[in-house]
Amino acid sequence: MSKQIVGVVGAGVMGIGVSQSLAQAGHRVLLLDLELDILRHAKEEITKNLRLQRMLHKAANQESIGEIIERITFTTDYEPFADADFVIENVVENWDVKKGIHNKLDSICPSRAVFAANTSAISITRIGSATRRPDRVLGMHFMNPVPMKPTVEVIRGYHTSEETLTIAQNLLASMGKKGVVVNDMPGFVSNRVLMLTVNEAVYLVQDQVASAEDVDEIFRSCFGHKMGPLETADLIGLDTILYSIEVLYESFNDSKYRPCPLLKKMVDAGLYGRKNGKGFYTYR
Amino acid sequence: MVTDSKAKIREFLARFFQDLNLTDDEDIFALGFINSLFAMQLVLFVESEFGFTVEDNDLDIENFRTLNAMAALIERKTAAQPIV
Repeated sequence: MSKQIVGVVGAGVMGIGVSQSLAQAGHRVLLLDLELDILRHAKEEITKNLRLQRMLHKAANQESIGEIIERITFTTDYEPFADADFVIENVVENWDVKKGIHNKLDSICPSRAVFAANTSAISITRIGSATRRPDRVLGMHFMNPVPMKPTVEVIRGYHTSEETLTIAQNLLASMGKKGVVVNDMPGFVSNRVLMLTVNEAVYLVQDQVASAEDVDEIFRSCFGHKMGPLETADLIGLDTILYSIEVLYESFNDSKYRPCPLLKKMVDAGLYGRKNGKGFYTYR
Repeated sequence: MVTDSKAKIREFLARFFQDLNLTDDEDIFALGFINSLFAMQLVLFVESEFGFTVEDNDLDIENFRTLNAMAALIERKTAAQPIV
């Protein structure tokens, strides 16, 4: 694939990882966020991640870190997006915010540009409806940490064209990644199963069937999972888990997605998992 | 100078890991409780403490695996430039 100009909206954890992977694949990246401070932090993080990769011999080639960073334009301005071939949007999982951004991108980017929403919760079909190009809008659910995860859940919205999916797959291939295409339905495949599994695992702890350690050990030792569901919940953040399961509950109006009371209680108590040191486990 | 840098690194490690008895050529990553992410903290410490930037070519875990390796890197990077 020839080198593309790829706009990345949102310089949080996902936007940072996506930008790094794109730049390492040789693409020009326009990384956009609201404030210069956020962008400064993003640049530091990308530099740190590239150095760590180098350190651990995980870098695909020996290109200098400076050259890779050079390919990223850090901007608070949408104007450079007038040249974008492809845009990956990674902003907060909030419909009003996403709607506003896609609307704006639609008015600035060339008509050929494809938009990918990096989301685990919001309907791709609905995001497409915020633009005049729903056939060129798709979902790309990247996994964290992006540079190390080879597979991406790619979501086909109601109007997404085959050509758009091909363009997206080619871009992913250039980044050394593969997309698995699924249809648009709340939670797609990954979150619909994962959130339900985590929620049920929390019920097991609540109902005193097993301790968190034992639940996780069964998943690791018996099923060969790298991590059990409750360790995974701590890693993702219990507040995020609760939010995701609530979205599923509201989307399907199906009681099987009702959040476990213990999960709600832990979130109310401020036990969010790794990010603040305590969840099902305690972290230093 | 070399002994000095090793002492400073030992001091830094002791802040994170109590009761650490490390010989100069012991592989710190083989001890089991120091993970590869900590390697980056070591890099940042060495850079700020000894006042040089670890460049791309020296960003290699081998340079940080033992006290001897780190001291050698520091020595190489901070050695006085020969007067021409």
